[in-house]
Amino acid sequence: MRHIISLLMENEAGALSRVSGLFSARGYNIESLTVAPTEDATLSRMTIVTSGSDEVIEQIYKQLNKLIEVVAVMDLSEGEHLERELMLVKVRAVGAVREEMKRMTDIFRGCIIDVSDKTYTIELTGTGHKLESFLQAIDRSLILETVRTGASGIGRGDRILKL
Amino acid sequence: MELTGAEITIRCLQEEGTEYVFGYPGGAVLHIYDALFTQNQVKHILVRHEQAAVHAADGYARSTDKVGVALVTSGPGVTNAVTGIATAYMDSIPMVIISGQVPTFAIGEDAFQEVDTVGITRPCVKHNFLVKDVKEIASTIKKAFYLAKSGRPGPVLVDIPKDISNQKAEFSYPSSVSIRSYHPAQHSDLEQVKSAVQLLLAAKRPMIYAGGGVILADASKQLTELVRLLGFPCTNTLMGLGGYPATDRQFVGMLGMHGTYEANMGMQYCDVLLAVGARFDDRVVGNVKHFSQEKRKIIHIDIDPSSISKRVKVDLPIVGDVAHVLDDLLAELHASKEKPDQQAIAPWWAQIKEWRGKNSLVYKNSDEIIKPQFVIEKLHEVTQGDAFITSDVGQHQMWAAQYYKFDKPRRWINSGGLGTMGFGLPAAMGVQLAHPGEQVACVTGEGSIQMCIQELSTCKQFQLPLKIIMLNNRYLGMVRQWQQFFHGNRYAESYMDALPDFVKLAEAYGHVGMRIEKPSDVEPALKEAFGRKQQLVFMDFITDQTENVFPMVQGGKGLSEVILAEDL
Repeated sequence: MRHIISLLMENEAGALSRVSGLFSARGYNIESLTVAPTEDATLSRMTIVTSGSDEVIEQIYKQLNKLIEVVAVMDLSEGEHLERELMLVKVRAVGAVREEMKRMTDIFRGCIIDVSDKTYTIELTGTGHKLESFLQAIDRSLILETVRTGASGIGRGDRILKL
Repeated sequence: MELTGAEITIRCLQEEGTEYVFGYPGGAVLHIYDALFTQNQVKHILVRHEQAAVHAADGYARSTDKVGVALVTSGPGVTNAVTGIATAYMDSIPMVIISGQVPTFAIGEDAFQEVDTVGITRPCVKHNFLVKDVKEIASTIKKAFYLAKSGRPGPVLVDIPKDISNQKAEFSYPSSVSIRSYHPAQHSDLEQVKSAVQLLLAAKRPMIYAGGGVILADASKQLTELVRLLGFPCTNTLMGLGGYPATDRQFVGMLGMHGTYEANMGMQYCDVLLAVGARFDDRVVGNVKHFSQEKRKIIHIDIDPSSISKRVKVDLPIVGDVAHVLDDLLAELHASKEKPDQQAIAPWWAQIKEWRGKNSLVYKNSDEIIKPQFVIEKLHEVTQGDAFITSDVGQHQMWAAQYYKFDKPRRWINSGGLGTMGFGLPAAMGVQLAHPGEQVACVTGEGSIQMCIQELSTCKQFQLPLKIIMLNNRYLGMVRQWQQFFHGNRYAESYMDALPDFVKLAEAYGHVGMRIEKPSDVEPALKEAFGRKQQLVFMDFITDQTENVFPMVQGGKGLSEVILAEDL
């Protein structure tokens, strides 16, 4: 089953490799991993999307907690949570396609953030599912490149992961 | 007054009460060696290979309750040390390894003797640090010792670049340490303890299964009291031997792949299992599915939450320091109105007695050829069961575990988790330094001993009167045994040809060598060897080449699917 795990860790060199090394050493799956500093510059917040049986997820949770630099871990998918991912898509946009592409971007509530005479770069935010849907909705042969950040997650309401 | 990073490093070791540093000098640690040279408090033991430095620090740590310390240089110094570090990691041994690194300005430039030490050691340390500021050396070393010893212990590495060890800073050693992301469990949840007591008192077929956690937590006193109070049978893992006295009647022997019949059957068919500081690893429970076929309630005490329900689903976890949890359990038992009912478990004991009747450790002795088991039995007799025994890895290790009855903790020193050949001799050096005047023997084979044989030189330099008990069957015996059982007697590369003359080899290193070829010579030779209190004696026992370790639970099989010597 898919799980989205959020963690706070010391914002120190090498901390990321401890997490990614743990996943590869123990054969855990990583679908995506995002990390950046928080409002407290000494802490980084990481979101890991993984999958596995209940036993594997329990081990992942415990093994992450065991890393010395990990301050707090939460399995967001155990409760109400939100997740968002950012995608940048560069598409070929010439002739009639230009108008069509603009329309699709509007429908998906994305925005075009760069324009050249032959291309658009579209920014789109949403769940992974929404981003997939967009890619399916447009003519695949027009896609020049896509960049996705991987999911960032946060608990709803009072579910807060803080030091 | 300002001190150099190197001087600070040594001052930190002094503050930690470090008695011995096991190490080997090299370019990146020259400043640190210079600082060592100008003081007398911390003694340095010069090994002949960095792997041995870490094993010796490990043996020192295992036989005491202190943190072992090793010091190695960058590059090959570190890569040689990795085997030792991984060995300590797998067995949760508290250790601090200080490594030199190329200067900070050279890091990443593929400098001479540069490796990514933090990266290479990351998967086999509890934690590691690269110190990039001389002002952080003291606090980092303080943290390293704290991490190594607290919670589930383990090796911690501190990598110090050469320029950092030469820069100056004010020295003050922190009196305390706190790490906001690290809070090892201490006391148990009393509700869980109460539930455990209820389960234990209601058991009809109870079993207590205790591992290395009991030794690490110095909890064998509490374990012994608990086992006696309850009147339950107790088994130890390979790592837990000595945690409960092996000569006691409630002890059913070691369990696992080469465990006794009664221990494995008891483990399989008990209705309540109390696991203490053990981790249900593959060599202990064999096939998990087979093990889980039998219904039983499992109580698991461990300091590491990730050990709980990792391989075997546990009904009642108690996370905490084993000694504290056992104290709480004992207090709760004493306070309980219900008392252990020996009548209720009498049929279970009768069953265990029947299993014991199989006499699963029996072997056929000989007047002609030395049986390895016989050597260990005589070793036990001659040393009155009171020696520190280190071992290497293979058949001799299992025979030592089976036939040397360990009544005290920290006497049995072996590489259980990683299974590192070459561990025994350097580990024995650390043990002997920690316990001068005590009998220290290394049980080894002609394969293992050659993996760190150069340490005979270290033993000479530091006058370590070890007794090396080498069971020489001219085979990599455990490999040969598996080839015999599972690979159609095809002994691929398991025969040791061109062995050295070990007697002459020992003599060349300045020690006493003995070759023992007749069973009748075993006891007198051992007596003579242990009588030489100031000398290292290397005993080359020429043993039966065909002897196998029994009982045996094959990999992938269940605990009750055991092969006994009589079955073949």
